[in-house]
Amino acid sequence: MSVFIDKSTRLIVQGITGRDGSFHTKQMIEYGTQVVGGVTPGKGGQKFEDKVPIFNTVAEAVKSTRANATVIYVPPMFAADAMMEAADAGVRFIVCITEGVPVLDMTRVYPFVRERGARLLGPNCPGLISPGQSKVGIIPGRICTPGPVGLVSRSGTLTYEVVYQMTRAKIGQTTCVGIGGDPINGTNFIDCLDVFEKDSATEAVVMIGEIGGTDEQEAARFVREKMKKPVVGFIAGQTAPPGRRMGHAGAIISGSAGTAAEKMQAFEENGIGVAKRPIDVVDLLKRAMR
Amino acid sequence: MNIHEYQAKEIFRKYGIPIPPGEVATTPEEAEAIARKFATTVVVKAQVHAGGRGKAGGVKLARTPEDAKIIAAQILKLTIKGLPVKRVLVTPAAEIASEAYVGIIVDRASKRPVLMASPAGGIDIEEVAAKTPDKILRHPVDPRYGLQAYEAMQLAFFLYSDMKQVRAAAKILQQLYKAFFENGGSLAEINPLVTTPTGEIVALDAKMVIDDNELDRRPDIAALRDESSEDPSEVEARKASLTFIKLDGNVGCVVNGAGLAMATMDLVKYYGGEPANFLDIGGSSNPEKVVAALRIITSDPSVKAILFNIFGGITRTDDVANGIVTAIKQNPLKVPLVIRLTGTNEEIALKILKDNGLSAMTDMDEAVKKAVALATGRKVA
Repeated sequence: MSVFIDKSTRLIVQGITGRDGSFHTKQMIEYGTQVVGGVTPGKGGQKFEDKVPIFNTVAEAVKSTRANATVIYVPPMFAADAMMEAADAGVRFIVCITEGVPVLDMTRVYPFVRERGARLLGPNCPGLISPGQSKVGIIPGRICTPGPVGLVSRSGTLTYEVVYQMTRAKIGQTTCVGIGGDPINGTNFIDCLDVFEKDSATEAVVMIGEIGGTDEQEAARFVREKMKKPVVGFIAGQTAPPGRRMGHAGAIISGSAGTAAEKMQAFEENGIGVAKRPIDVVDLLKRAMR
Repeated sequence: MNIHEYQAKEIFRKYGIPIPPGEVATTPEEAEAIARKFATTVVVKAQVHAGGRGKAGGVKLARTPEDAKIIAAQILKLTIKGLPVKRVLVTPAAEIASEAYVGIIVDRASKRPVLMASPAGGIDIEEVAAKTPDKILRHPVDPRYGLQAYEAMQLAFFLYSDMKQVRAAAKILQQLYKAFFENGGSLAEINPLVTTPTGEIVALDAKMVIDDNELDRRPDIAALRDESSEDPSEVEARKASLTFIKLDGNVGCVVNGAGLAMATMDLVKYYGGEPANFLDIGGSSNPEKVVAALRIITSDPSVKAILFNIFGGITRTDDVANGIVTAIKQNPLKVPLVIRLTGTNEEIALKILKDNGLSAMTDMDEAVKKAVALATGRKVA
């Protein structure tokens, strides 16, 4: 089993003909993901790599391919529109890789997508992978291996690092999910912890956070109150400088400076093993799963 | 992107928010002339992208134009949190009967812009928030409809009881929300919003932060950027689309992705070293970005070793390898280089490095240990 995506996932790619879109579409196909179509306005009727049909709109793509998921690689100024187009076309699972989406756009996209019953992952995220079954996004397939651990992370490349260390230590994964580092994202830590707790194949969960905000602290409370499976964690940014923050609103709204120390303490207080280095995740997992 | 107080005030004024007059000076003489024009006691305020200006001595009263000149000279010599003060705002001093706080930020939790209002404004607002949270009212706004009049009134009633003041404050809140939303703000703040002894409400200070992701579609706002008040290496990094923050250590770090960059710095520290910087080359990195990254890092004389930590996903490691080779050909390195590289197109990258007499490691801990050992001259276990 896995969460969010599996062998039956039928994916379309929005921005399939762009530099990043085409490169990663090839990688996804190579990994075994069912890429059933692509969308690039003006290129409808053509084929990507002589195989994958391209459509002008998401609605057309969904109608003729029965796609149930989409991945978005369009430039930042068009990303909000792409996410809303996908939700309106009835796509249930939307993954937005695009980095640099204005946050005020996301304040409008988030309720729009939700009201149409779709789940959004990202933006500014690496996507997700259910090893051996399907990958959606940009996580390198060969660093993953099937197994019993679920992973959720705010970071991209730091996720790869931890997965790579796990795979080298022969600890496989059910699904690795990158939720993205933007202030407003479609799926948060708690959403992922919740599905991992319910997934019969997942035995333990790794949670990778970083400085800023209070999502990790809230997720830590969720782990204590709602989860039976063991969770281990890592927080990046212990040496980050305090910075020259302007204004008071950030501190007032969250009541927290969002430091690594605060988050690590929240992890410890709620029974989450805290790794000092990325590699320490491996030992913590081994101990938790014994 | 941070903008200065005087720039935020210009934006707020356009939306009708009552703001006292003020002019910007870059020399003590200009400050004196402005003070003479106002012919009253003035406040001289450092224009710098850092909080805590007042506590750093960057905001002072001047009773005469001559005073204004002396005080401006002092403030223009200040460095606040590492940033030099290049401009001061000279503005008539206001008589203050009460101080309130109003601000807007995009809130992660409610995923909406949230308006905050407190009748206990001023420099200790964060303490107020921490110790007496009931003195702050928070109100999430549905961005699809904007701040409605009744919502603004609810907030204004929390600040004032005099009906004239309530109406004035509600109007200011709607104007502030509009200024925030229409200019791509990630923060807009008036602290303090004061009442004068005659009952008028005016914004004595103004802060605004613009979401960097908005700048491509708002050239007029992007033009407000004041590079003279930024760290030069941070300016160069931004032009090359890199995120760079200078630190005090001696291990220069070039990493793709903010999370991995922070984890790399943490690991440098863990093994007894000190990172010289935070540098994220981002995704989709082309070779020119890597060339710029190396130029910025090597311009810091305290850097004793350079560590690349690249885990390719959307970043292709062959692009990074090409960048490293090009940069070294242009500018041979004077300090040792440790490269850790794995992920997308790794085989091609390793071949490019090998063909140019360079080698790469695949283990992060080993690479960090080696870089720390080279920078400190100590053995690292």
